[in-house]
Amino acid sequence: MSTVTRKFNALDFIIGSGWQVRRARRKFFSKMFAHLVLIAGAIIFVFPLLWLVSTSLKPDTQIFKVPPELIPRPIMWENYTRMWRHFPFLMFLKNTVLVVVLSMAGVLISAPLVAYAFARLRWPGRNFLFMILLGTMMLPGQVTMIPLYILFNKWGWVDTFYPLWVPAWFGGGAFNIFLIRQFLMTIPKELEESAVIDGASHFKIYWKIMLPLINPVLTTVAIFQFMGAWNDFMGPLIYINDQSKYTLSLGLRMFQQQTSASQTEFGMLMAATTIMVIPVIIFFFLGQKRFIEGVIITGMKA
Amino acid sequence: MRLISNRMARREAITGYIFASPWIIGFVLFTAYPIVASIIYSFMDYNILETPRWIGIKNYIDLINDRTFWLSLGNTCYYVIFNVPLNMIIGLSIALLLSMDIKGIAVYRTLYYMPSIVPLVASSVLWSWIFNPNFGILTHTVRLLGLTPPAWLSDPKWAKPSLIIMSLWGAGGGMIIYLAGLKNIPRTYYEAAELDGASVWRKFIHVTLPMLSPTLFFQLIMGLIGSFQVFTQAFVMTGGGPNESTLFYVLYLYRNAFQFWKMGYASAMAWVLFVIIMFLTWLNFVISKYWVFYDQA
Repeated sequence: MSTVTRKFNALDFIIGSGWQVRRARRKFFSKMFAHLVLIAGAIIFVFPLLWLVSTSLKPDTQIFKVPPELIPRPIMWENYTRMWRHFPFLMFLKNTVLVVVLSMAGVLISAPLVAYAFARLRWPGRNFLFMILLGTMMLPGQVTMIPLYILFNKWGWVDTFYPLWVPAWFGGGAFNIFLIRQFLMTIPKELEESAVIDGASHFKIYWKIMLPLINPVLTTVAIFQFMGAWNDFMGPLIYINDQSKYTLSLGLRMFQQQTSASQTEFGMLMAATTIMVIPVIIFFFLGQKRFIEGVIITGMKA
Repeated sequence: MRLISNRMARREAITGYIFASPWIIGFVLFTAYPIVASIIYSFMDYNILETPRWIGIKNYIDLINDRTFWLSLGNTCYYVIFNVPLNMIIGLSIALLLSMDIKGIAVYRTLYYMPSIVPLVASSVLWSWIFNPNFGILTHTVRLLGLTPPAWLSDPKWAKPSLIIMSLWGAGGGMIIYLAGLKNIPRTYYEAAELDGASVWRKFIHVTLPMLSPTLFFQLIMGLIGSFQVFTQAFVMTGGGPNESTLFYVLYLYRNAFQFWKMGYASAMAWVLFVIIMFLTWLNFVISKYWVFYDQA
């Protein structure tokens, strides 16, 4: 088709009237139109984030200005430094990082093990248990939420970080296991057969052959888990009471309640919100390709 | 020889259980046991401090007579009915535009996708500011258009639509998936349709939609399940108000469990939610026979 469209020059394109020209012109204009719509849409989608950063750098007087201004004048970096002092943000950040790191470690260690068992080993009940695993993806969290709370309460785990990361060490969630299993299924069988004939144990095959090969999908899982743990709100809300153990999401919500009551310090609130958003965006950009692959696999479920 | 292979099969089976054991133990402890316990609790009166008391189906009967339960269910249905289709339509529209073999697709894709990964608490705080009835940027934009802006989150009529508008900001999440689905449609199908003189619209109806229907179907199911569990936005932005207009199902469930400590009652609510979601999923599977097209190739 492209050879056909290249048969005329620019002048033909403007004043010509043959069917090829008409067709090329129509294609050109429909693409221009698509660009226009896409640009307009992109502005709408990105604007709230711009507005967030812009507000976080404004002095209070400019924040409440009518009509609003996009460019902060003067740029108030003080919103960030003041927020840091005014608010135990560093402590919340430390708590969040603790939960995020421990739960990521749990997922990255346990999920590939389980996925390997489902993808590469034959054992009685495997297919049945895999169906159950898929079934748990459909289960709304509210069904298990209350008994889990009662259980953790009996164990003395309420108001500790344990409920937020220990479960991640037990397989790391159905989505992650499913994702790694799908990846493992694509690795040719011959690779381990020769190792089995050489007398290598399954542990050795897993450690020496499989783990290095599944690195890409582990990156995906790591990003998923980072975002899940970083963004989690209901978990900390239910289990954490003491303010010194708040995660960022709980802290941000507390801060918001304070500012909306006083109608001041919006700049600081938006600075705190920006701090919460930035790591997610950075992680997304670092692993964009793998991350999107993972979203697509779990989103289409093939 | 047979002995050796038997031994190897056994070794493999044992290894299999060992490898799967973290999930098996986790499943029993953190999923299977809670499911069973939840069913039992739903027939009990239990406030954590005192020993649970068996009350039969009283919780379920109370639910039927609970005005707030029906209100929260209604609010949630409103949210689901508008949020799920609108999210799909917007996500699909962007994906269709991007699939037009357009330059800079990677940039557009990133820009549209980014809002969908913003932490929900953060976007709730941000959108509370955007919806601010006096100084919010949306309020101002509507004024610029010469219209009278509503009070958004403080107006019982507008609170739910406001939360839906905010949720549509994340429509890029679906877009990524539709885009991948569109790329999987063989070009030859479109070429064949063009030879038959099919218009753009007819190609969309007769090629794109059927070929994309499994993806749309899966997204519809996941969207329904997700939207029925809407919680964080309402909790952070409106606290269920104004006038209980954003008191969603899971928010009411949360209140029963962790504010009123009615664990049995909340468990019953969880099961009703589960049944509703399962019924809708089942219904969708039944209806899917009429519109979802699975290419056998």
